[in-house]
Amino acid sequence: MSGVRVLVGTKKGAFVLTADGARRSWDVTGPLFAGWEIYHLKGSPVDPSRIWASQSTGWFGQLIQRSDDGGQTWNAVGNEFAYQGETSPHQWYDGTPHPWEFARVWHLEPSLSDTDVVWAGVEDAALFRTTDGGHSWQEMAGMRTQPTASRWAPGAGGLCLHTILIDPSNEDRMFGAVSAAGVFRSDDRGESWRPVNKGLVSSPELPEPEAEVGHCVHNLAMHPDRPDVLFMQKHWDVNRSDDGGETWHEVSGDLPTDFGFPIEVNANEPDTVYVVPITSDSEHFPPEGRLRVYRSRVGGNEWEPLTKGLPQENCYVNVLRDAMCVDHLDPCGIYFGTTGGQVYGSADGGDSWDPIVRDLPAVLSVEVQTLP
Amino acid sequence: MIRVQLPYHLRNLAGTGSEVELEVEGPVTQRSILDELERAYPVLRGTIRGHGTADRRPFVRFFACQEDLSHDDPDAELPAEVAAGKEPFMVIGAMSGG
Repeated sequence: MSGVRVLVGTKKGAFVLTADGARRSWDVTGPLFAGWEIYHLKGSPVDPSRIWASQSTGWFGQLIQRSDDGGQTWNAVGNEFAYQGETSPHQWYDGTPHPWEFARVWHLEPSLSDTDVVWAGVEDAALFRTTDGGHSWQEMAGMRTQPTASRWAPGAGGLCLHTILIDPSNEDRMFGAVSAAGVFRSDDRGESWRPVNKGLVSSPELPEPEAEVGHCVHNLAMHPDRPDVLFMQKHWDVNRSDDGGETWHEVSGDLPTDFGFPIEVNANEPDTVYVVPITSDSEHFPPEGRLRVYRSRVGGNEWEPLTKGLPQENCYVNVLRDAMCVDHLDPCGIYFGTTGGQVYGSADGGDSWDPIVRDLPAVLSVEVQTLP
Repeated sequence: MIRVQLPYHLRNLAGTGSEVELEVEGPVTQRSILDELERAYPVLRGTIRGHGTADRRPFVRFFACQEDLSHDDPDAELPAEVAAGKEPFMVIGAMSGG
């Protein structure tokens, strides 16, 4: 029988939640790497027994862990992330030039075709790649050295490359998102990049609201069967592109607020999209203290609240950008984690929810593997 | 033998107890101890000192003989008690919340 393995990164370690295909009864293991910040874990789509984890603390820096047995055992691999060549400055919060400095790995994106290849999005924003199973990491400097990079500035969470999407129909085509710079596209497997932010509007956050770069893109989502269609949760605004990022248009529609962090697409329905509205950039909690996932079945603009099983009073948690994911079962399972340490799951496309665990450390990321 | 005490997270990474013993050739300095420590336990590379720069990470401290040596020249010889193995060279996670 098929099953799922949910990989949860938290402020104080990692947890692995497993269930069979019914997704009703869960086993919880962890904490792994207790006491460390685990920004992200993700399994290889080629070999689900291979899982990667980004482990860091402010004290002892960055490590990358790799499991080859589905998370039972782990080994530290290479952890040197050296920018290639001279690093020209980016903008600091006050507008002054600031040198590029490595802080941590935010996101690990395993290759769709090679178990030894993984992409890493880091802070300060840059893209790295390993081709030898994590033993060494090389910067794909085309991201950081593009002409717009000197105008990038950190968001509140730092200047981070937090989202990496790979087109499954053409692995040469990739998308990366940087806060606060925008979306970038590569058509040569990460060698060179260009901004693709036309149509985004950030007002009043940017003096030039439709600027080429400077947009605080929070997260991107793509359905593998329709890779030209991208969905975006921006700082404010939910946006959609139908042409591989060349142009964007807003699809916030009737959402109660269009601020938020994660966005996902149902694995079986390319027009079914999920977001978690958050009150505002000043109040990072759900409107009215009611935790609601919103679902659009028509690719945006028309949204319905999903509340069954979610707290509808006195709830003031946040859901971070990498903390929501979907499995590939039918009906599609959806999972998200909160800064309050809850991980919720839905086994029916979002119609109803149950807490899988309630009292973890603040959740930084949630990924799921669909197992044969 | 040089005695090196490691903080909780680093001893877990290295799979050791709280203290390890190292043979250090030549002058006993912060650099020579840490070079040998990283050679013996490669997983610790980058966790105490930065890759490339070999600079002490900001929230790591070095203590020995009731003194904070964190700001000393990494090539300065350490106290004779450390070189003789009577006192440990202590790698400390700085006291700060989190």
